[in-house]
Amino acid sequence: MPVIEVSDLRKSYGDKKAVDGVSFGVEDGEIFGILGPNGAGKTTTVECVEGLRRPDGGSVRVAGYDPVADRDAVTRILGAQLQESELQPKITAGEALELYAACYPDPADWRDLAERLGLTEKLGTRFAKLSGGQKQRLSIALALVGNPRIVVLDELTTGLDPRARRDTWRIVEDIRDRGVTVLLVTHFMEEAQHLCDRIALIDQGRITALDTPAGLIGRTASSTAISFMPSVPLETRLLADLPAVGSVAEQDGRIVAHGTDETVHALLSLLTGQGVTAHQLRITEASLDDAYLDLTGTDR
Amino acid sequence: MTSLAPRSRTTPVKGGATAVLKAEACLMLREPASLFWVLAFPTILLCILGAIPSNREHDDDLGGLRVVDLYVPVAILLSVIMAGIQAMPPVLTGYRERGVLRRMSTTPLRPGALVGAQIALHGAAIAVSALLALAVGRIAFGVALPRQLFGYLVALALVTLATLALGATVSAVCRTTKVTQAVGSAVFFPAMFTAGVWLPVAAMPDILQRIVPVTPLGAAAQALDEAAAGEWPSWTHLGVTALWAVLLIGAARRWFKWE
Repeated sequence: MPVIEVSDLRKSYGDKKAVDGVSFGVEDGEIFGILGPNGAGKTTTVECVEGLRRPDGGSVRVAGYDPVADRDAVTRILGAQLQESELQPKITAGEALELYAACYPDPADWRDLAERLGLTEKLGTRFAKLSGGQKQRLSIALALVGNPRIVVLDELTTGLDPRARRDTWRIVEDIRDRGVTVLLVTHFMEEAQHLCDRIALIDQGRITALDTPAGLIGRTASSTAISFMPSVPLETRLLADLPAVGSVAEQDGRIVAHGTDETVHALLSLLTGQGVTAHQLRITEASLDDAYLDLTGTDR
Repeated sequence: MTSLAPRSRTTPVKGGATAVLKAEACLMLREPASLFWVLAFPTILLCILGAIPSNREHDDDLGGLRVVDLYVPVAILLSVIMAGIQAMPPVLTGYRERGVLRRMSTTPLRPGALVGAQIALHGAAIAVSALLALAVGRIAFGVALPRQLFGYLVALALVTLATLALGATVSAVCRTTKVTQAVGSAVFFPAMFTAGVWLPVAAMPDILQRIVPVTPLGAAAQALDEAAAGEWPSWTHLGVTALWAVLLIGAARRWFKWE
């Protein structure tokens, strides 16, 4: 049974439909990603899950509770890391952890949590003096301090440098390994591909695809890219007739074709038949990036 | 403010509100400028005025009292204004602007605990400042302690409530900290004027003498004067202050937004 169930969720701000009929279920113990461009309705969706917003239509259940009507019950089992939410500027990291631990009936040991998140050295530092990565780690610690069953992490790694981002990913995996269900909002493809068990792609308030990362990549029309420098000039027209080929382009003597495995085999036979050698041959699987662009149409 | 205390539909979290109060108290102690204006400045002003010899002379126009006698309640009202209108509203608006209240609203404790703690702590600061002004007035300048002490405390409690509610209303209607400070200053000067910081009510022109007693601080100033002199404060003055407190608490609850 899903631990979070969202069905036909709708929310408008004035005339703008922020969320327009979103449905998904998050299974116990998984990392579920909500991926989409800015303004797609990701944050509104999770704010309805957190009970911060009242849906206009549809229903949301968190472990069977309605986040608006059963606010108290939901706040006890769901920890939230909000986008662009700060703490009191002069509160120290240790004071914040102690304060938030006192907000819950059965809190985690906050010193232990601080140690897991590498914050022990910074417990005496005021919030305003923490670096971006430290603030994010503190904010994750605060989301976890109530011993929640579910954590919602919204734009967790925005503004972090690549190293801090990698560190944060490890923390999220660690959270999942401890049996906590994670609902992750992101607009980073790489992050979603790396962390999520399943991903819902949201665009303009609707889910355009919901699958595992591999499943989403497999859905793209041309999931394999082949690029090479032919030893002699080659007419791209010949390549356009290959089976399952998506697109062919030539730039500075390098040919790039998109297609499937079948395209690769046919291309190699063609080159052999023509006596052409393919220098610097590269065959790459499409990434979630390609799938994302295909499915959201934001490149248009 | 929909609720000042954490909602207790189910069992409240033990010690949560206390922890918030403790944390906010620590944070308040890290704002020396605010503390100076609320705790120290009113008494310093009292000392400066008391140091002027003519202010220590009995004046028949003041019913035989000295200027310094009249300034003790004014100093106390000054601390009420400093805490309620200058210090607290930017803190509350800042908490909303930065998402501190929103963050707290995802916990079982809810953000009312934060706002409640701020109101309680500013109220406590006023109480400390009032004690300081009374003590310094008594020890340094021989100002008699309020003769009708209970009436004095009632008047002080009502004006503290009304002014903190006024501050909460200012924070409720202003979206940003900058606007809150600007509106706070705009309310600050009339509040100071009606409290009699610059000019005793008795010395004001006729028209102002009629307006001042219907303002929260003007009415409270007169109630405090009456209690200091040993009478029970007039029900009109207490009533006006209480009415303002009720209206302003209502306004703050009606308009205060958590995000």
